[in-house]
Order: sequence, then structure tokens, then C-alpha cells
Amino acid sequence: MKLYRDEGVVLRTRKLGEADRIITFLTREHGQVRAVAKGVRRTSSRFGARLEPFSVVDVQLHIGRNLDIVTQVDTLAPHGRAIGADYALFTTATAMVETAERLTEIEREPATQQYLLLVGALRSLAERMHAPSLVLDSYLLRALAIAGWAPSFGECARCDAEGPHRAFSPAVGGMVCASCRPPGSAAPATETVALLGALLTGDWSVADASDERHRRETSGLVAVYTQYHLERGLRSLRLVERA
Amino acid sequence: MFDGALQDLVEELGRLPGVGPKSAQRIAFYILASDPADVSRLATALRVVKEKVRFCEICGNISEETQCRICRDTRRNGAVLCVVEEAKDVVAIERTREFRGRYHVLGGAINPIEGVGPDNLRIRELMTRLADGEVTEVIIATDPNVEGEATATYLIRMLRPLGLTVSRLASGLPVGGDLEYADEVTLGRAFEGRRTVDV
Repeated sequence: MKLYRDEGVVLRTRKLGEADRIITFLTREHGQVRAVAKGVRRTSSRFGARLEPFSVVDVQLHIGRNLDIVTQVDTLAPHGRAIGADYALFTTATAMVETAERLTEIEREPATQQYLLLVGALRSLAERMHAPSLVLDSYLLRALAIAGWAPSFGECARCDAEGPHRAFSPAVGGMVCASCRPPGSAAPATETVALLGALLTGDWSVADASDERHRRETSGLVAVYTQYHLERGLRSLRLVERA
Repeated sequence: MFDGALQDLVEELGRLPGVGPKSAQRIAFYILASDPADVSRLATALRVVKEKVRFCEICGNISEETQCRICRDTRRNGAVLCVVEEAKDVVAIERTREFRGRYHVLGGAINPIEGVGPDNLRIRELMTRLADGEVTEVIIATDPNVEGEATATYLIRMLRPLGLTVSRLASGLPVGGDLEYADEVTLGRAFEGRRTVDV
């Protein structure tokens, strides 16, 4: 029997045939895995309820010719219920899983750091530890950093000149000094730059104390930075409901 | 693979949901070997369904008239409205013979990862429909999954200021099943939605 077992987050589900679904997981050991869950749309399904988006599960899979087959599922953290019951949390979590899916596109390439970051972010959302928009922006910055697009909010992203700097350019990779500044760069408030840095490093005392105006500016810059580096736009990001 | 008309048919059949290249080939050869009258009937059915069937202008259900059978039926209770995702859900609820109100078909559920937001569903039409005050109760019957729940949450927030009675279909154990085989998510929902009984 060609079976393997792993922990995973359900990123996306798609209907297949009469009663099946294709489930996209981000797993701890095997990276992104797409697998068929047979009969899960029937009310009599043994594990249909466990394979909802945002759920963290312990899953057993059978290696198939094209797609693997889900054979057993146990719930580790059923975040779907808490997240689905709040529209802002739902749209925020959807943007996070779409980003995770995009950043781990090569199937079966281990992406443990991305997995751990996503699990932590979903738990933080479901348990309402911080404002949803802060969790999303922090997640996006850190997920991009793991993927190799770490922004610089201190030194100049081009010449390493010591900051603080006034201009922000997604193309260059963060804050830029006056001599490296390309035309069309944004000029965010000092507090916004501090918030961006706090979200990247996970300094929640600074992030939680920030005011609404700077959070909005931060979200705008993070969205531009994310869309620039992911090339194809995230469909869910424009539908995120910000408080 | 094949030439001319047969290859065209295989390609067209292969575009249908759940039909792969092998199945398309098998169906094409079945059609080729069938009685011409049977094939003609199938072709007519395909053409007529596209010509005649449309969406009800009131509820969005499938209909051959401008208004569907349920919206035209004066015996139905116009004060109660059941909101569903798809026309297929109307059929499922009608089979229960429990509901005598009217329906509103949204045309799907909110699913941002597929680019479906509230503006892509018939939510604006629902709000317009509720504006005349005839409806006093709305039953939200979206699917019991994350997208269905999120759509219900969004609708409840939109409906709250209207002062209507709003309810959501119960979730829980299937009739005829054993409690020990229920998964923890469904059983948890059944507990959450438990009801008091008269003793």
C-alpha cells in the first residue's frame, strides 16, 4: 500500500464529479498536495466536515497516478467554524490561503516554514488575538520574506544606506534613500514605516498600539508589494473586508 | 484522432463537466451507433432547453416563463422567503413538502478565492424584493460549508436593519445514522443547535 501521513491545512476545495472534491492541502512535510476526497459532498460522508477550508488536519493519503486519494482525516484545529461565522475573518483568511497556495505552487516541494506561518496566522485569526487586517498584513510580509522577497524597512533596499528613509518602492524592495528613490515612489508616514517593520518582525506590542489611519496606509502598501511580487493578482485580496 | 464530424463531437462532449477524453469517445461512438430517431430527440432536447429555459425574473429559479411556477402560485405563503444558493436546492427543499413559502436563488455562494464576491450574487435583487414589506421572515438555506456559512453571515448582517425574522437551517446529525459514527464537527453543530423540549 502506497500510503503516507502528514499534517496539513486545507487551502482550497473544488467540486469533482457527482459527490467528490479535489482538496488542496499545504502539508508540513510534503508541501502543497492536491488530493481527491471521495464522496465528501454526501451528508453520509465520514470526513466531509473535516475537509473544510482553513481546517488543520492529520491526513492519510494514498499515492495515486495523478492525484492522491484521501483515505483518513482527523481534525487538529477546526478553524472553519470560527472563521466562517465572521465575514471579515473569512475574507482575510481566504486571502491568506490564496497567498499560501501561490507561494507553494510546486507540488510536493517541502515548505515547512510556510506551513507553520499559515497555521499560526489562522489560529491568531480564529482566536481573535489581533485585528484581522494586522494579522493579514503581517502574514503577507512574512510569507513573502520566506519566499525570498523580504522587504527592507530600515536600510535602503538598494544601497543599504542606514535609515530611516522617506520613500517606499515595491519594485526596489522596500524603503529607499533619496538618491536611490525611483520616480513614483510612495512617501508613507513615519508611524506607518514603524508599523510595517513591526508586522514583519512580529512585534505585536507596537502593531496593536497603532492607530487606524496608519493601519490603512500599511494595508495599501502591503497589498501593492504583494501584488507586485506575485505577478498575477490575488483574486481574494480585493474582497477583503477591512474594519 | 478522428476526422471531421466525429472528432468535433468528441471535442464538444469532452468539454462537459466530468467527461474526460475516453468517456467523450465512448459517448460519441454510442451516438454514432444509435437509432437516428433517438439522436434527433437528444438534439432537439438540447436545442429546446437552451431556447426555452431561463431564470425567473423574481426569484432567479429555473423557469420556462418569465416567472417560475412557485412565484406564480398564489397559494404559496408570500410572507416567508427561503434563500438558497442554486436552483437545485429549490428542488431539494420542495421534495421535503415542509415549506410552503417562496424562494430566492442567489446563484452561488461568496467565494473570494474564485473571485466571487457579494456583487456577483443576486443579493441586490433580494434587498429590492424585501423592500416592499410583504416578506416578514427570511430562512437562509445556504450550504453547511465555510462558503455557505460566510454567505449566511453576510446576509444576516444585511438583513438585520430591516427588522425581519431571520433564521438559518439547522445543522447536525443525519436521520437514521448512529451517533458514534458522527464526526466531531457535525456532532458539535448538533449540540450547538440543540432545542428544548416540552416536558
